[in-house]
Amino acid sequence: MRVALFITCVNDTLFPDTGKAVVTLLRRLGCEVEFPMAQTCCGQMHVNTGYRDEGVRLARHFLDVFQGYDAVVAPSGSCAAMVREQYPKLAAGMGATRAGAFASAHGGHSPFAEAVAEVAPKVYDLSEFLVDVLDRTDVGAYFPHRVTYHPTCHSLRGLRVGDRPTRLLQNVRGLELTPLPGAEECCGFGGTFSVKNAAVSAAMCSDKVGNIISTGAEVLCAADNSCLMHIGGTLGRQRSGVRVMHLAEILARTEADR
Amino acid sequence: MTGPGTFLGMPAFPENAEEALADSQLRFNLRKATHTIRGKRASVVGELPDWAELRASAKAVKDETLRHLDRYLLQVEEAVTKAGGHVHWAADAAEANEIVTGLVRATGQTEVVKVKSMATQEIGLNEALAEAGVTAYETDLAELIVQLGDDWPSHILVPAIHRNRSEIREIFREHMADWGRPAPENLSDEPRALAEAARLHLRERFMSTKVGVSGANFLIAETGTLVVLESEGNGRMCLTLPETLISVVGIEKVLPTWRDLEVFLQLLPRSSTGERMNPYTSMWTGATEGQEFHLVLLDNGRTKVLADEIGRQALRCIRCSACLNVCPVYERVGGHSYGSVYPGPIGAILTPQLRGTASELDASLPYASSLCGACYDVCPVAIDIPEVLVHLRSTGPHAPAERLGLKVAGWVLDRPVRLERAQRLATRFRGLVPKKRLPGPGAAWTDTRDVPPVPEESFRDWWQRTEGDTR
Repeated sequence: MRVALFITCVNDTLFPDTGKAVVTLLRRLGCEVEFPMAQTCCGQMHVNTGYRDEGVRLARHFLDVFQGYDAVVAPSGSCAAMVREQYPKLAAGMGATRAGAFASAHGGHSPFAEAVAEVAPKVYDLSEFLVDVLDRTDVGAYFPHRVTYHPTCHSLRGLRVGDRPTRLLQNVRGLELTPLPGAEECCGFGGTFSVKNAAVSAAMCSDKVGNIISTGAEVLCAADNSCLMHIGGTLGRQRSGVRVMHLAEILARTEADR
Repeated sequence: MTGPGTFLGMPAFPENAEEALADSQLRFNLRKATHTIRGKRASVVGELPDWAELRASAKAVKDETLRHLDRYLLQVEEAVTKAGGHVHWAADAAEANEIVTGLVRATGQTEVVKVKSMATQEIGLNEALAEAGVTAYETDLAELIVQLGDDWPSHILVPAIHRNRSEIREIFREHMADWGRPAPENLSDEPRALAEAARLHLRERFMSTKVGVSGANFLIAETGTLVVLESEGNGRMCLTLPETLISVVGIEKVLPTWRDLEVFLQLLPRSSTGERMNPYTSMWTGATEGQEFHLVLLDNGRTKVLADEIGRQALRCIRCSACLNVCPVYERVGGHSYGSVYPGPIGAILTPQLRGTASELDASLPYASSLCGACYDVCPVAIDIPEVLVHLRSTGPHAPAERLGLKVAGWVLDRPVRLERAQRLATRFRGLVPKKRLPGPGAAWTDTRDVPPVPEESFRDWWQRTEGDTR
């Protein structure tokens, strides 16, 4: 099986440890991981901020880079959801344009739509790949800390990963998983929403942080570093003493890392 | 008197929101109310094993109706006329107001009683009637609170959701006398006492007013029947007692057949008030002897929305408000920040489509969402609100500085080598990135959040160093 790591531009630039953790974890589970270096970004920021053309250009590049793999694994529910849930909508939206209308009127799909249909279903969030493809909920991890888990919106309502991440965490030795009140509510990040509507974003995070602190956890875990950057940035500013960790970094830890 | 006219010239959404966020009473009222309705909705929706199928049916019925709206509207006109009603066509708000004002004038009356209606709020009917010397009395309890308080509705279903019972008591004590029967002496803030005060105040009005004005939840094409769902019975008073009834209905409210109601009468109460069934469902077809019925079919931008292949799904909306109640943005800022009678997620996609994006406020509405998707999940007619928000963002205007920033980012991300160089530049100067205070637009981030440290090495550089170039 050819497995490609889609690191995502945010992780690549700001959170390389998450990428290293994914590589460590997947190799430990017997996977050969490839990192196609031509990859850049899925285009989510551009599409969701209203720059559709730039976003589509990045999407085309993504589809070129990741064509031909059996699985593409991303340590980000949001970026995986962009490819799997939003690319098909972008392709469908092109039907409204003249070129797309021409293609569909002549019984064909646009090359973009064809590439989406081929690549998008093979893109997995890390927890989906572990549970569904590798059929593992116990990945042999050890992390003796009290952890609470925030299910990020796009993994929850976009990819519908359900309880896969918490099943993985429950099987980590030493880890005490404590439920997060109001877990399914958005943390307020929302990409450029966090600066375009900074006050609302901060108000949402204030409630999220209150709930996190109420659990008494040492660590807040999520499967998306963008949301964690937002929540972690607030937890840090408040000197809360709670640290944030990506799911991959917890799952990569073993007794040997003590 | 207030209404949509007052909304004009409002600042953009982020500024309105900033002000609302600082109102602790509002935050408390909204948190309590939205969480209560949210919970009730979830439990009654959970009872139905075929909810997903009902939702899919509703979507299909609405889509089919909208596709052939021209045909169904003519069918409505024919059926209503045959049943003794009069049908009027209004292209926009001004035309609709003119029609209604003219109809009221023709009766010689100077007062009308109103059933809660979004369409008449949308066109600013009360203000137009006031200009013509006609007083419109709101009879829905929450609309009455809003009217007495010289306030604006802040929720589609619960217009006074921003008020708690002690505030309502104050409004009744201070303003009820200006509009008719005063509030009783020693009025308490017990819900029962407040409801009784409203009942006594309104009852006089129902018995004496000769003209009623309503909207409708549904309009059945095959029979020309109008349907109103409500909780209080005040709507039924307005629909039955006056000699003349004028109903202003958006053209997207049509359902082809009676059978279709079966789906919507299950979806609407459960989604809106969290009830299995609403207390009052009134249906009428044409007019009975001695009474007069007028139907004003309102376009007011709807045909334009219908032309947009992605945006048109907003016309499926049945105004249940489930999206408002579940929205983390609405919960914190309330309805007034949206500057429209349609607040919340549905307002953020409906208002800019109906009114356009010429004003700063309307242009900012598609951005009033973190795209968390909770609205789409609860929508009983499966409107993909995040999809429409993103679509409207791509068709609306952009600030020049933002455009430049996103263009530069797009240019960098276009080629891996450019991204690699940008990352190396960032890591080389990582010591210069302030943790607590970023310059320019970044200040909006560091106002409440720390900046994560830039790592010594990007992932791709680490990979290249340890694995070799795998380009």
